[in-house]
Amino acid sequence: MDLILFIITGAIALIGAGAMLISRNAVHSALFLLMNFGAIAVLFLLLQSPFLFTIQLTVYAGAIMVLFLFVVMLLGAEQVENATPDRLAWSRPLAMALGLALLAVAGVVALRTPSAAVPDSAQALGFGEPSQLGKLLFTDYLLPFEITGVILLVAVIGVVVLNQRGRKL
Amino acid sequence: MVPTIYYVLLSAALFTMGVLGVLIRRNAMVVFMSVELMLNAANLALVAFARQRLTVEGQVIVFFVITVAAAEVAVGLAVLVAIFRSKGTADVDEVSTLKG
Repeated sequence: MDLILFIITGAIALIGAGAMLISRNAVHSALFLLMNFGAIAVLFLLLQSPFLFTIQLTVYAGAIMVLFLFVVMLLGAEQVENATPDRLAWSRPLAMALGLALLAVAGVVALRTPSAAVPDSAQALGFGEPSQLGKLLFTDYLLPFEITGVILLVAVIGVVVLNQRGRKL
Repeated sequence: MVPTIYYVLLSAALFTMGVLGVLIRRNAMVVFMSVELMLNAANLALVAFARQRLTVEGQVIVFFVITVAAAEVAVGLAVLVAIFRSKGTADVDEVSTLKG
Protein backbone atom coordinates (compact mmCIF):
# COMPACT_ATOMS: atom_id res chain seq x y z
CA MET A 1 0.00 0.00 0.00
CA ASP A 2 2.78 2.37 0.99
CA LEU A 3 4.74 1.41 -2.09
CA ILE A 4 1.79 2.09 -4.41
CA LEU A 5 1.27 5.52 -2.85
CA PHE A 6 4.99 6.24 -3.11
CA ILE A 7 5.10 5.29 -6.79
CA ILE A 8 2.05 7.43 -7.64
CA THR A 9 3.20 10.54 -5.74
CA GLY A 10 6.80 10.09 -6.87
CA ALA A 11 5.63 9.92 -10.49
CA ILE A 12 3.55 13.07 -9.98
CA ALA A 13 6.58 14.84 -8.47
CA LEU A 14 8.82 13.82 -11.38
CA ILE A 15 6.21 14.77 -14.00
CA GLY A 16 5.72 18.15 -12.31
CA ALA A 17 9.46 18.84 -12.25
CA GLY A 18 9.91 17.73 -15.86
CA ALA A 19 6.98 19.80 -17.11
CA MET A 20 8.32 22.81 -15.22
CA LEU A 21 11.61 22.42 -17.09
CA ILE A 22 10.00 22.03 -20.50
CA SER A 23 7.11 24.50 -20.53
CA ARG A 24 7.85 27.74 -22.34
CA ASN A 25 5.52 29.91 -20.24
CA ALA A 26 6.77 30.90 -16.78
CA VAL A 27 3.24 30.85 -15.34
CA HIS A 28 2.81 27.24 -16.46
CA SER A 29 6.22 26.46 -14.95
CA ALA A 30 5.09 27.91 -11.63
CA LEU A 31 1.88 25.86 -11.65
CA PHE A 32 3.76 22.64 -12.47
CA LEU A 33 6.15 23.42 -9.62
CA LEU A 34 3.09 23.77 -7.38
CA MET A 35 2.07 20.25 -8.40
CA ASN A 36 5.56 19.04 -7.53
CA PHE A 37 5.45 20.72 -4.10
CA GLY A 38 2.08 19.10 -3.39
CA ALA A 39 3.44 15.67 -4.27
CA ILE A 40 6.49 16.21 -2.04
CA ALA A 41 4.16 17.25 0.80
CA VAL A 42 2.35 13.91 0.44
CA LEU A 43 5.71 12.13 0.50
CA PHE A 44 6.48 13.93 3.80
CA LEU A 45 3.23 12.56 5.16
CA LEU A 46 4.23 9.06 4.02
CA LEU A 47 7.49 9.55 5.94
CA GLN A 48 5.62 10.33 9.17
CA SER A 49 6.21 14.06 9.35
CA PRO A 50 2.77 15.68 9.52
CA PHE A 51 4.23 18.98 10.73
CA LEU A 52 6.45 19.33 7.67
CA PHE A 53 3.47 18.35 5.50
CA THR A 54 1.52 21.38 6.71
CA ILE A 55 4.59 23.64 6.55
CA GLN A 56 5.29 22.50 3.01
CA LEU A 57 1.73 23.27 1.95
CA THR A 58 1.39 26.64 3.69
CA VAL A 59 4.90 28.05 3.19
CA TYR A 60 5.97 26.50 -0.12
CA ALA A 61 2.76 25.78 -1.98
CA GLY A 62 1.07 28.77 -0.40
CA ALA A 63 3.31 31.73 0.32
CA ILE A 64 6.29 31.12 -1.95
CA MET A 65 4.28 30.15 -5.02
CA VAL A 66 1.97 33.15 -4.62
CA LEU A 67 5.08 35.34 -4.51
CA PHE A 68 6.44 33.69 -7.68
CA LEU A 69 3.18 34.02 -9.60
CA PHE A 70 2.75 37.60 -8.43
CA VAL A 71 6.22 38.66 -9.59
CA VAL A 72 5.97 36.79 -12.92
CA MET A 73 2.67 38.47 -13.70
CA LEU A 74 3.80 41.85 -12.36
CA LEU A 75 6.87 41.90 -14.60
CA GLY A 76 5.14 40.31 -17.56
CA ALA A 77 8.05 37.89 -17.78
CA GLU A 78 6.02 34.90 -18.96
CA GLN A 79 7.76 34.37 -22.30
CA VAL A 80 11.22 35.87 -21.98
CA GLU A 81 12.91 33.11 -23.93
CA ASN A 82 10.74 33.41 -27.02
CA ALA A 83 11.66 37.07 -27.51
CA THR A 84 15.37 36.63 -28.18
CA PRO A 85 17.38 33.84 -29.86
CA ASP A 86 19.52 31.64 -27.63
CA ARG A 87 23.08 32.93 -27.74
CA LEU A 88 24.44 29.98 -25.81
CA ALA A 89 22.75 27.20 -27.79
CA TRP A 90 25.80 24.97 -27.43
CA SER A 91 25.35 24.90 -23.66
CA ARG A 92 22.19 22.79 -23.83
CA PRO A 93 23.69 19.40 -24.85
CA LEU A 94 26.60 20.04 -22.46
CA ALA A 95 24.14 20.69 -19.62
CA MET A 96 22.24 17.49 -20.50
CA ALA A 97 25.46 15.45 -20.42
CA LEU A 98 26.59 16.98 -17.13
CA GLY A 99 23.14 16.44 -15.60
CA LEU A 100 23.13 12.79 -16.62
CA ALA A 101 26.64 12.42 -15.17
CA LEU A 102 25.47 13.97 -11.88
CA LEU A 103 22.46 11.65 -11.76
CA ALA A 104 24.69 8.64 -12.46
CA VAL A 105 27.16 9.59 -9.73
CA ALA A 106 24.39 10.24 -7.21
CA GLY A 107 22.72 6.93 -8.11
CA VAL A 108 25.95 4.97 -7.78
CA VAL A 109 26.74 6.54 -4.40
CA ALA A 110 23.20 5.92 -3.14
CA LEU A 111 23.20 2.30 -4.29
CA ARG A 112 26.67 1.53 -2.94
CA THR A 113 25.80 2.72 0.56
CA PRO A 114 24.75 -0.29 2.62
CA SER A 115 21.17 0.32 3.73
CA ALA A 116 19.91 -0.72 7.13
CA ALA A 117 16.39 -2.09 7.45
CA VAL A 118 13.71 0.57 7.72
CA PRO A 119 11.96 0.49 11.11
CA ASP A 120 8.41 -0.80 10.66
CA SER A 121 5.36 1.15 11.72
CA ALA A 122 5.15 -0.57 15.14
CA GLN A 123 8.68 0.59 16.03
CA ALA A 124 8.04 4.03 14.62
CA LEU A 125 4.82 4.53 16.55
CA GLY A 126 4.63 8.11 17.80
CA PHE A 127 7.65 9.18 15.79
CA GLY A 128 7.57 12.60 14.15
CA GLU A 129 4.74 14.06 16.17
CA PRO A 130 4.72 17.86 16.14
CA SER A 131 5.16 17.95 19.92
CA GLN A 132 8.55 16.20 19.61
CA LEU A 133 9.61 18.69 16.99
CA GLY A 134 8.49 21.66 19.07
CA LYS A 135 10.29 20.38 22.15
CA LEU A 136 13.53 20.00 20.20
CA LEU A 137 13.15 23.43 18.56
CA PHE A 138 12.85 25.19 21.90
CA THR A 139 15.57 23.26 23.75
CA ASP A 140 18.51 21.92 21.72
CA TYR A 141 17.91 24.08 18.67
CA LEU A 142 16.92 27.30 20.42
CA LEU A 143 19.89 29.33 19.10
CA PRO A 144 19.39 28.35 15.43
CA PHE A 145 15.70 29.04 15.90
CA GLU A 146 16.45 32.57 17.11
CA ILE A 147 18.90 33.05 14.23
CA THR A 148 16.16 32.17 11.70
CA GLY A 149 14.15 34.99 13.24
CA VAL A 150 17.03 37.38 12.55
CA ILE A 151 17.35 36.02 8.98
CA LEU A 152 13.68 36.67 8.32
CA LEU A 153 14.01 40.20 9.72
CA VAL A 154 17.04 40.84 7.47
CA ALA A 155 15.03 39.54 4.50
CA VAL A 156 12.19 41.94 5.25
CA ILE A 157 14.56 44.91 5.57
CA GLY A 158 16.43 43.85 2.43
CA VAL A 159 13.26 43.66 0.34
CA VAL A 160 12.13 47.10 1.53
CA VAL A 161 15.55 48.66 0.80
CA LEU A 162 15.89 46.98 -2.63
CA ASN A 163 12.53 48.19 -3.84
CA GLN A 164 12.65 51.77 -2.66
CA ARG A 165 11.52 54.15 -5.37
CA GLY A 166 13.74 57.00 -6.45
CA ARG A 167 17.01 55.42 -5.39
CA LYS A 168 19.62 54.38 -7.91
CA LEU A 169 20.94 50.94 -7.03
CA MET B 1 7.34 0.74 4.59
CA VAL B 2 9.11 1.92 1.45
CA PRO B 3 12.91 1.44 1.56
CA THR B 4 14.87 4.65 2.15
CA ILE B 5 16.89 4.10 -1.02
CA TYR B 6 13.79 4.73 -3.19
CA TYR B 7 13.32 8.13 -1.58
CA VAL B 8 17.00 8.95 -2.00
CA LEU B 9 16.92 8.00 -5.69
CA LEU B 10 13.77 10.11 -6.23
CA SER B 11 15.49 12.97 -4.44
CA ALA B 12 18.55 12.59 -6.68
CA ALA B 13 16.35 12.66 -9.80
CA LEU B 14 14.53 15.80 -8.63
CA PHE B 15 17.83 17.48 -7.74
CA THR B 16 19.23 16.70 -11.20
CA MET B 17 16.14 18.23 -12.81
CA GLY B 18 16.70 21.36 -10.74
CA VAL B 19 20.35 21.53 -11.87
CA LEU B 20 19.25 21.13 -15.50
CA GLY B 21 16.74 23.94 -15.06
CA VAL B 22 19.42 26.28 -13.73
CA LEU B 23 21.79 25.37 -16.58
CA ILE B 24 19.34 25.34 -19.50
CA ARG B 25 16.61 27.90 -18.86
CA ARG B 26 17.21 31.60 -19.51
CA ASN B 27 14.15 33.03 -17.79
CA ALA B 28 15.39 34.20 -14.39
CA MET B 29 12.04 33.21 -12.83
CA VAL B 30 12.34 29.60 -13.98
CA VAL B 31 15.98 29.49 -12.84
CA PHE B 32 14.76 30.56 -9.42
CA MET B 33 12.04 27.90 -9.40
CA SER B 34 14.68 25.29 -10.24
CA VAL B 35 16.69 26.37 -7.19
CA GLU B 36 13.56 25.80 -5.08
CA LEU B 37 13.21 22.37 -6.66
CA MET B 38 16.76 21.50 -5.58
CA LEU B 39 16.06 22.64 -2.01
CA ASN B 40 12.97 20.46 -1.97
CA ALA B 41 14.89 17.44 -3.22
CA ALA B 42 17.41 17.87 -0.39
CA ASN B 43 14.54 18.18 2.10
CA LEU B 44 13.04 14.93 0.85
CA ALA B 45 16.31 13.07 1.41
CA LEU B 46 16.66 14.59 4.92
CA VAL B 47 13.15 13.51 5.93
CA ALA B 48 13.71 10.04 4.49
CA PHE B 49 16.89 9.59 6.55
CA ALA B 50 15.14 10.95 9.64
CA ARG B 51 12.45 8.26 9.22
CA GLN B 52 15.10 5.57 8.73
CA ARG B 53 17.00 6.48 11.90
CA LEU B 54 13.91 7.53 13.90
CA THR B 55 15.52 10.84 14.88
CA VAL B 56 13.51 14.05 14.73
CA GLU B 57 16.65 16.16 14.13
CA GLY B 58 16.36 15.62 10.39
CA GLN B 59 12.90 17.15 10.41
CA VAL B 60 14.16 20.12 12.47
CA ILE B 61 16.82 20.78 9.82
CA VAL B 62 14.16 20.66 7.09
CA PHE B 63 12.16 23.21 9.08
CA PHE B 64 15.19 25.54 9.07
CA VAL B 65 15.80 24.94 5.36
CA ILE B 66 12.20 25.90 4.55
CA THR B 67 12.47 29.07 6.65
CA VAL B 68 15.72 30.15 5.00
CA ALA B 69 14.28 29.29 1.57
CA ALA B 70 11.36 31.61 2.24
CA ALA B 71 13.73 34.46 3.13
CA GLU B 72 15.87 33.66 0.09
CA VAL B 73 12.87 33.78 -2.26
CA ALA B 74 11.76 37.15 -0.88
CA VAL B 75 15.21 38.73 -1.32
CA GLY B 76 15.85 37.01 -4.66
CA LEU B 77 12.59 38.15 -6.19
CA ALA B 78 13.25 41.70 -4.95
CA VAL B 79 16.64 41.58 -6.71
CA LEU B 80 14.94 40.30 -9.87
CA VAL B 81 12.41 43.14 -9.78
CA ALA B 82 15.27 45.63 -9.36
CA ILE B 83 17.14 44.07 -12.32
CA PHE B 84 13.98 44.13 -14.41
CA ARG B 85 13.52 47.80 -13.64
CA SER B 86 17.04 48.78 -14.67
CA LYS B 87 17.53 46.34 -17.60
CA GLY B 88 13.98 45.82 -18.79
CA THR B 89 14.40 42.05 -19.11
CA ALA B 90 14.34 38.89 -17.03
CA ASP B 91 16.66 37.00 -19.40
CA VAL B 92 19.77 35.92 -17.49
CA ASP B 93 21.86 36.03 -20.70
CA GLU B 94 21.11 39.72 -21.15
CA VAL B 95 22.35 40.64 -17.68
CA SER B 96 26.04 40.51 -18.59
CA THR B 97 27.28 43.98 -17.68
CA LEU B 98 30.05 42.53 -15.50
CA LYS B 99 31.38 40.44 -18.40
CA GLY B 100 34.92 41.52 -19.35
